[in-house]
Amino acid sequence: MKEAVITVRNLVKKFGSFTANDNLNFEVYEGEIFGFLGANGAGKTTALRILSGLSSPTSGEVIVAGYNAKKDPEKIKKNIGYMCQKFSLYEDLTIRENIMLYGGIYGMPKSLIKKRTEDLLEKLNFRKYGDRMISDLPLGLKQKLAFSVAVFHEPKIVFLDEPTGGVDPITRRQFWEMIYETADSGITVFVTTHYMDEAEYCDRISIMSEGRIVALDTPANLKKKYNVETVEEVFIKIARPPIPPEGGLKTAHF
Amino acid sequence: MKRFLGFIKKEFLHIFRDFRTMIILFGIPTAQILIFGFVVSTDIKDARVAFLDLSKDEVTQKISDKICSSGFFRRADDLKNYNEIDMAMKKGIVKAVIVFGDNFGHDLISQGKATMSIIADGSEPNTATLITNYVTAIVTDFNMELAGKSAIGNILVQPEVRMFYNPELKGHFMFVPGVITLILILICALMTSITITREKEFGTMEVLLVSPLKPVHIIVGKVLPYFILSFIDVIMILVLSWFVFDLPIKGSLILLLAETMLYILMSLSLGILISTVSKTMQQAIFMSFLGLMLPTILLSGFIFPIENMPEAYDWVSAILPPRYFIVIIKNIMIKGTGFMYVWKETLILMIMTTLFIGLSVRNFKVRLQ
Repeated sequence: MKEAVITVRNLVKKFGSFTANDNLNFEVYEGEIFGFLGANGAGKTTALRILSGLSSPTSGEVIVAGYNAKKDPEKIKKNIGYMCQKFSLYEDLTIRENIMLYGGIYGMPKSLIKKRTEDLLEKLNFRKYGDRMISDLPLGLKQKLAFSVAVFHEPKIVFLDEPTGGVDPITRRQFWEMIYETADSGITVFVTTHYMDEAEYCDRISIMSEGRIVALDTPANLKKKYNVETVEEVFIKIARPPIPPEGGLKTAHF
Repeated sequence: MKRFLGFIKKEFLHIFRDFRTMIILFGIPTAQILIFGFVVSTDIKDARVAFLDLSKDEVTQKISDKICSSGFFRRADDLKNYNEIDMAMKKGIVKAVIVFGDNFGHDLISQGKATMSIIADGSEPNTATLITNYVTAIVTDFNMELAGKSAIGNILVQPEVRMFYNPELKGHFMFVPGVITLILILICALMTSITITREKEFGTMEVLLVSPLKPVHIIVGKVLPYFILSFIDVIMILVLSWFVFDLPIKGSLILLLAETMLYILMSLSLGILISTVSKTMQQAIFMSFLGLMLPTILLSGFIFPIENMPEAYDWVSAILPPRYFIVIIKNIMIKGTGFMYVWKETLILMIMTTLFIGLSVRNFKVRLQ
């Protein structure tokens, strides 16, 4: 049995009278690629913020990398990596400076940062770009680099919030190869995405709808259960977007 | 601590690599000091005045010569009668006309007094006031000479004009405190609110918040470079005004620098507060500019005296921090007064700083909820 690095029991998060997360229960295992799906507004972001120590649960137990999210969010922060949907490196710093900054923030010694930076540049095959400004790089490269920086301090878990938005299919493919490599090295990958083909690459996926987890299994099992060909069809079947109130559609702007 | 230092270094890199930021930090203060000092100077130099001398005697000759040799005025062609005054003014040839009536010298000796008129072009009220003040001062001086020589005593009765604190009426003295006040609020409030909202807009703020850096480290790390640089700016402005305009600091330099630090701190906390309520850089710029810069220029007493404002503006002005700092800095720099004269303003700035920091912390906590 694999060990759980994230354990969520009866997680509830309320904002006033609105319940964003309604009694979530799940576990994520070490070295796993866990897909976290759901329509916009289903409560994914809220859950992600709680798991990454940014926000505190209203009730329930959340344990990430061995620490309680309510009591020790600071300790959680030291043991996770994070990459958000917006590009997260500094455009006016060079690749090396960005890595040095994030390595430093996570308390890595300078010599280790330097050594790993050279390894990383070698691996990504852009050693000669090391002193280029980030703003000079194409989006695909930036995205790959942002991911490498997110796992640079070798966290236990890395959270990826829609990491491949706006990236071309080839780069997305390469990006997923990096994710696989990372998972193989023992880092757990927790990824949210809107691309259903990407969901197929995950070891297990959970689908959220209206604040609840309505499905959680391997892609293959889910497809079998709902008797469909693709995860996309599973998603459409069960993850309905919240129904707008009566008359709401008339005033909504699309 | 090491984490924190790396973070500060990064902020300095942002500043030094951005051309526009560098211009705002060092170009604008230098330009403002020089422009205000030289171009918008409120001194008069070579102002053209004409004389209408209907008496043409020894005394009027002496007074005219004295006025013209003062260095402030240049003598235009003499006028021949009253009708020409209007013409000379309208053509813009002269800024003022000085009139001696018939029998000026005779009246002076026989009656002990005589009247001369100074007619100034009121369409430029500032210059007009200055010219009349200067001429009056010169004539007063002439009276003294006369009184010294003869036994008749004071002959010409003139209103005494004395300028406290700025006897030579040097205009840029007044501008230096104003420029410091304005520059500091520009750099500290505007720039910090922009730099913090920029991280929000680009998504790097999320990454920083998820990192082991504490929110307070992030904020302090972002504003500390601006604190240091704006302090350097103040010193630069003071040194520049000293070298170029011979501006002395009459009061205590240490007190001045301490008060300046307090004001920088206040501006930074205001900048942080703005960044907690604005989502985009545009919002932050809009708020800093319309909410701070314009009122600072117009209402804080920087250019227009508060005493002349309608009462309602005076109330608005009372909530603007620069208004108090201007009083402090003018007191210390120009009048040379000590802390006893500015403690009230200092206290108000301290209360404002505490208030802004408190509000920012509250807003920040709500955001993280």
